[in-house]
Amino acid sequence: MANEGRIRVLVAKPGLDGHDRGAKVIARALRDAGMEVIYTGLRQTPEMVVNAALQEDVDVIGLSILSGAHNAIVPRVAELLKEKKMDDVLVVIGGIIPDQDVPALKAAGVKGVFQPGSSMETIVQFIRDNAKPRAVSA
Amino acid sequence: MARTSKQDESTRVDSHFSEDRTPSESEARWAETTLAKALEQHPERPTGKPTGINLDEHGRARFSTISNRPIRRLYTPQDLPADWNYEKYLGYPGEAPYTRGIHATGYRGKPWTMRQFSGFASPEETNERYRYLLKEGGNGLSVAFDLPTLMGYDSDHPFSEGEVGKCGVAIDSLEDMEILFRGIDLEKTTVSMTINSPASLLWAMYLVVAEKQGADWKRISGTLQNDILKEYIAQKEYIYPPAESMRLVVDSFEFGSKYTPRFNTISISGYHIREAGATALQELAFTIYDGVEYVEWARRRGLDVDEFGPRLSFFFNSHNDFFEEIAKFRAARKIWYRLMKDRFGAKNERAWLMRFHAQTAGVSLTAQQPLNNIARTALQGLAAVLGGTQSLHTDSYDEALALPTEEAARIALRTQQVIAYESGVTNTIDPLAGSYFVERLTLDMENGAFEYFDKLDALGGMVQAIEYGFPQKEIAEASYQFQKATEAREKITVGANDFIIEEKPPAILQIDESVAEKQKAKLKALRTRRDNDAVRRALDELKRAAAKSPVTTHDGNISKENTVPYILEAVRAYATVGEICAALRDVYGTYTEASIT
Repeated sequence: MANEGRIRVLVAKPGLDGHDRGAKVIARALRDAGMEVIYTGLRQTPEMVVNAALQEDVDVIGLSILSGAHNAIVPRVAELLKEKKMDDVLVVIGGIIPDQDVPALKAAGVKGVFQPGSSMETIVQFIRDNAKPRAVSA
Repeated sequence: MARTSKQDESTRVDSHFSEDRTPSESEARWAETTLAKALEQHPERPTGKPTGINLDEHGRARFSTISNRPIRRLYTPQDLPADWNYEKYLGYPGEAPYTRGIHATGYRGKPWTMRQFSGFASPEETNERYRYLLKEGGNGLSVAFDLPTLMGYDSDHPFSEGEVGKCGVAIDSLEDMEILFRGIDLEKTTVSMTINSPASLLWAMYLVVAEKQGADWKRISGTLQNDILKEYIAQKEYIYPPAESMRLVVDSFEFGSKYTPRFNTISISGYHIREAGATALQELAFTIYDGVEYVEWARRRGLDVDEFGPRLSFFFNSHNDFFEEIAKFRAARKIWYRLMKDRFGAKNERAWLMRFHAQTAGVSLTAQQPLNNIARTALQGLAAVLGGTQSLHTDSYDEALALPTEEAARIALRTQQVIAYESGVTNTIDPLAGSYFVERLTLDMENGAFEYFDKLDALGGMVQAIEYGFPQKEIAEASYQFQKATEAREKITVGANDFIIEEKPPAILQIDESVAEKQKAKLKALRTRRDNDAVRRALDELKRAAAKSPVTTHDGNISKENTVPYILEAVRAYATVGEICAALRDVYGTYTEASIT
C-alpha cells in the first residue's frame, strides 16, 4: 500500500454557485483520510477544472454543484477529459442532484454521485476503492 | 461565595455542581436526595451515540445544543446574575433594551409578515407564483434571483450556461422586472429582494417599475438584502473587492435616506453564515458585527446614524435547537440596542430597534423522507415567532431536492398560518421571558457576542477580519465538527442518520433549458430595439461617477458621485444587468478569495 503513493484529489466548484460548505467539508475529510487534496476555489469553468486536474496530475476529480447546473457542466468536463486523454481520472460529483439526472451523469462518465445526506466516510471509501493512483497506473 | 465541602463531594458522583454556579440550599438538598436517587436508578443517557461530544470529562452523559453548547440538567434562579432584576435585564416590549420585543403590543397589534422567498425560471412564471402566494394569504413578496443575476451576468453570457432560472428568477433588464411585478401594486405590497453585489442595480429597476405604476417612492416599502460582507464570509456571491463594494452599499444608504424613507436599504444577514455551518453564536456575533462595520463605513462617509440607522434591518436563520434560537433572537435585539446607543451614540430611538426577518434552516432539511421537513420547519418557525420576528419565511419540504413545487410552497405558508391562527402563541408577548433557562441562554448569547466583538475590533474591523479569513475559519471548523458528530451519530438527524427507510423519490420541480433560450431571445430583441447610444452614454457616466470618491454635501442633497442616480439612468435606458455590472467591473475590478479549506 505504502508504495502506491497517496491519492491526489481535485475538489472543484464549477459554475456560479458559491455554496462551498460541502466542498470544504469533503476536502478536509479526504485530507484527514490521508489523501492529497487540491481545492480549486469558486466559479471554475469546465476548462479551468480540467486544466487544473492536468497540471496537478490528480487521480480524482470531485465536483460540487448545488445550483442545478450539473446537466450542463458535467458532460462538458467529461468531454474535455476525453480530449486530453485523461478519462482514466475518477470523476465523482456531490450536491443537489435529483435521482432522474443520475443515469445521464453516469453515462457521461461520472462514477460516483453523492446526493444530500451522503456521509464523508462513504465518499472516502468510494474514492479509495475506485481511484487508481497515477503513479502506479503510469 | 465559597463552595461547601459537601458540594465538592457531590462533584465526584454527579455533574450537578461541577459548573461555575452556586446552588441554593434547597437545590443542594434536592440534588443530594431526590436527584441522586433517581440517577442511581436511571443514569442519564445522551441523545445520540454515547461517544465524543455526548460524554463529559468524567464519561457521563453530556447534553448540548446543535451548536455544541453544553446544557445543564436544570436551571434555577441561581443561574441568573446576582444583580438580576426585571427592569434592568428585560424591561417592557417596545422599550429599551428591547429583549421582549420592539412592539408594545407584540403580535396582537400586527402579526408578522408571512413572506415566502420565491423565484424560478422566467419572470413570467415567477409572476404567476407571486400572484398565487398573495391570493393564498401571503402578505409580502421575496424575490429569489438566479445565479447569473446574482453574479451580474446576462442570461446569454457563457458563464450563465446551465444556470439560467435554476436557483431563482432570471432578470436581465428592466423589461423583465416589469413582467415580474405585472398586476402587483407596489405601493401596497412590501417586497424583499435577495440581491447583493448588484443590489443597487436591481433596486433601481424596482424603483423604475414602481414609478411607472404611478407609485410614490416615499410610500413604497420593502427590503434590499444588499449585505456584501456576509457574501465574503459565507455565501460567496461577490463581484467587486470589499472596499469598492462597501462604497456601493453606503451609496444606497445615502440615496435611500433621502428618496425612499420606508425602504430598508440593507438586510444584514446571518442566514447564510449559519447555512455555511456556523454555530448560533457565530451567526449572531458575525452578523451584528457586520452591522457595526456598515455603520462605521457610513459614518466615515459623513452620514448621520440617526438618519440611516432606522433603515438597517436584519435577517436570521431559525434552526433546529428551539431554545437556543429563541435566546439568539432575544439577545440580538438587546445587543443592537446597546451598540447603537453606546457605541454609536444614536439618539433616534428608531435607530435602536433591531427589526429582523427570519427563515427556517434550509441546511437542516433532509432529502430523505422529505415530508419530515414539514415538522422541522414548523418547530423552527415557532422558534422565530417566540423570538419576536417581524417577518418569516418557512421552507418547503422538498428544498433539499429542488426548488419547491406549488404544493410544497403552499404547505410551507400553511405552516405559518397554523402557528399564527391556531397555536395561541401570539396571544401574549414574549411568553418565554422569565424562564431561568431561556434568560440564562439569552445572557450567554449576549456575552458571547461581545467577546467576539472584542476579537473583531482587535483585528481592525470586519473587512480586515475577512481578509485574514477569521470568520471563514471559525465557520469551517464548526461546520466540520458538526458533520463529524452527525456521522458518528452523536447528533441525530431523523430519517438521515437514524430511523432510515427505503423510499421512492418525490415529484420535484424541473427547470429546463427553454428558460435560457427565451431569455436569450428577449435580450437579442431588446438590444436591437433600444437606443444603444443612450445606453452607452448612461454607462459612461456611471463609470465616471463610480471612479470618483463621493463627498457628502450636508446641504440636504446626496453626494454628486453617488452611483444610484446613474444606475437609475442606465436602467431607464434598458441597459442590462450584465452591462451595468461590466461597467462597474471595469472601474473596480473583481475579487478572488484566498481559498480556505
